Amino acid sequence: MAKLVKTDEETMLADMARGYLDNASPVSKLREMRDAGSTHDAAAWKEMADMGWAGVLVPESAGGSDMGFAAANVIAEEMGKTLSVSPFLSSAVIAATALRQVSDTRALGALAKIASGDATYALAVDEGIKFDPEATQMDARADGNGFRLSGKKQFVVDGALADRLLVLARTANGLTLFDIPADRAGISLEKSNMIDARDAARITFEDVEATGEDVLGAVDNAMEVLKPALQAGQAALAAEMTGLSAGAFGMTIDYLKERKQFGIEIGRFQALQHRAAHLWCEIEVTSSAILNAGRMMDEDLGNAALAVSLAKARATKTAILAVQEGVQMHGGVGMTDAFDMGFYMKRARVGAEWLGDYSYHAEKVAAARGF
Amino acid sequence: MTANPTEAFRAELRDWLEENCPAEMRDGLVTEESICWGGKDWVFTSDAQRVWLERCAAKGYTVPTWPVEYGGAGLSRDQEKVFHEEMALINARVPLQSFGIWMLGPALLHFGSHEQKLHYLPPVARGDVRWCQGYSEPGAGSDLANVQTHGADEGDHWLVNGQKIWTSYADKADWIFALVRTDREAPKHKGISFLLLSMEDTGVETRPIKMISGISPFCETFFTDVKVPKGQIVGEENKGWDVAKYLLTHEREMISGGAGGLAGGGRALGAVLSETMGNLMDATLRADAMKCEIDTLAIGLTLERYKDQSEAGQGAGDASAMLKYVGTELNKQRHELMMAAGGSDALEWDGPLGNRAGDWLRTKANSIEGGTSEVMLSIVSRRVLGLPG
Repeated sequence: MAKLVKTDEETMLADMARGYLDNASPVSKLREMRDAGSTHDAAAWKEMADMGWAGVLVPESAGGSDMGFAAANVIAEEMGKTLSVSPFLSSAVIAATALRQVSDTRALGALAKIASGDATYALAVDEGIKFDPEATQMDARADGNGFRLSGKKQFVVDGALADRLLVLARTANGLTLFDIPADRAGISLEKSNMIDARDAARITFEDVEATGEDVLGAVDNAMEVLKPALQAGQAALAAEMTGLSAGAFGMTIDYLKERKQFGIEIGRFQALQHRAAHLWCEIEVTSSAILNAGRMMDEDLGNAALAVSLAKARATKTAILAVQEGVQMHGGVGMTDAFDMGFYMKRARVGAEWLGDYSYHAEKVAAARGF
Repeated sequence: MTANPTEAFRAELRDWLEENCPAEMRDGLVTEESICWGGKDWVFTSDAQRVWLERCAAKGYTVPTWPVEYGGAGLSRDQEKVFHEEMALINARVPLQSFGIWMLGPALLHFGSHEQKLHYLPPVARGDVRWCQGYSEPGAGSDLANVQTHGADEGDHWLVNGQKIWTSYADKADWIFALVRTDREAPKHKGISFLLLSMEDTGVETRPIKMISGISPFCETFFTDVKVPKGQIVGEENKGWDVAKYLLTHEREMISGGAGGLAGGGRALGAVLSETMGNLMDATLRADAMKCEIDTLAIGLTLERYKDQSEAGQGAGDASAMLKYVGTELNKQRHELMMAAGGSDALEWDGPLGNRAGDWLRTKANSIEGGTSEVMLSIVSRRVLGLPG
């Protein structure tokens, strides 16, 4: 029976990740890259690939470390603590999980490139302001033996820099997922200027050619491949946001112990103590939902939908609370760009929207619980 | 046959339950009327209730994780999970509930001598003796260590005088475990002993307190020159605060789990509310209920996580304050939603929705008893977060 306690391996993985990220990817690194105009760090992603992170969900036969979903969550959580930027979620978690559902020779080749860090992916699903894959309108009309893709996608996370795109489009009798190179004729990118300074794009497809080879999984049956991939992404994003909450919380507690007003540390004031304690409780409770999601996915991915939505819903609420409390308890300096709390707040807002917001996942939980 | 010992246990247990759990005990009820508290004067509400208790007690299933020699079944954590899953599967009532099981048992198992365990625990497991808790006093609520009930050293016994309050079911209990000041000179935490008293002793009186829910589960208990033999102490003299705190962590976990409807087979709120409101559930109430359901699931997982951690040797410790805080605040919200869903039907005593109003009012004590939410937050703040006191 799977336990809701980190295994020794998971604890070691977390410690190792922490050690690496504190050095290679502290918040100051994000600040530096933002100020320089690009948060892309190819060298760091290569190092992460060398440590087995890019291949965390790739089978060993394709050069991956195949550590599983709970391990992917552990890595994502550590990344969240210091707002580490990488294509981890888009490529190593979402794309790898989608490709793994297929596992033919072509997919294994693609997985090998993800594991080595040589190929990055972005998932192009959203067409409106909210995540709603079932409502996809983008047209993939049949054309000879292939398809022609036309339409617009937005909030394509990691989309401006990715080598390949996973594109969800409507075919004759359903939805189909395409795996195509980002530079194919007819694709035009408009880089989004995101509040969290990370890569995202609005992408227009004009009569883009796709062959049967480009279809991932079966025509008209995208969800068989996409659903597990989305769940893996949602859970890892929830883990990242819980790490983010812990990171913002840690800064806040340090500040409460050091900042003095009325001649004493402000952490002596019961009003602030109780706000901080409440926030800690919320983070603890959310951590359980994250751990549970990893366990459920590793046990039976097909039966993990409730656990994943529970994790994402809780992680979203908790992260929003953590950054709000973080700014409030820092007072005026929390509002300045010179303090890091703003970085946490902006990433929390982006994470809250990506792959389904609180309402989206709360509805999923409600549906599973008889509402 | 399966090779997995946990699954083998499941198969064996399932057969046993099928054969031994009376049909009337398979309604999953956890109401004031359905609970079996046991004790010398206990009157079974049905023959099935008596049979169910006797059969479980014979197997050690009233206290499944206690050692066999003290009346338990000696189940491992994995087996315990299986036990609760299988009980929930057939909607079985908990055969016996008591403060002896939830509070005194864990404290005795940790601090008691072998003789004390052999003497006091099996009667608890069988439901023969019912215990109550003598902690709070009129002047010792949140400031629990300020207890003034005094035990004067009379050589072979203590002579106890004083008053306790909020002693749940003291009027129905056979014994009481109480915090008694045995050294008035020492700092307040260091002069308390944890004593065991028979409620039949001369000088013990109880008076029920009528609560806003209309019933009187709580009492005042008065001690006047009660003789307590020296052997009836748990742990060392004047070190009762250690026992008291340890017991409190169990009490808090119990309140958070029981209160949240999280311990075994807690029903989905959506299903419960839909029964009352049908499809009429309004959007605002629905959104509140969804949030409550999400928190219920996540807090339930947190209780499981802490149990797993404690099995792995990482005890909950001060985190029990967190469990108590989140579990009880959740339960209050849950019952507010149940009342809102019930509308005017919920406003009648014993109306169309039974005792829904009484249950709702009872929950208001959850965030007070066993340490208030504010005390819990202060414990987290100082002991977990290390904020200055």
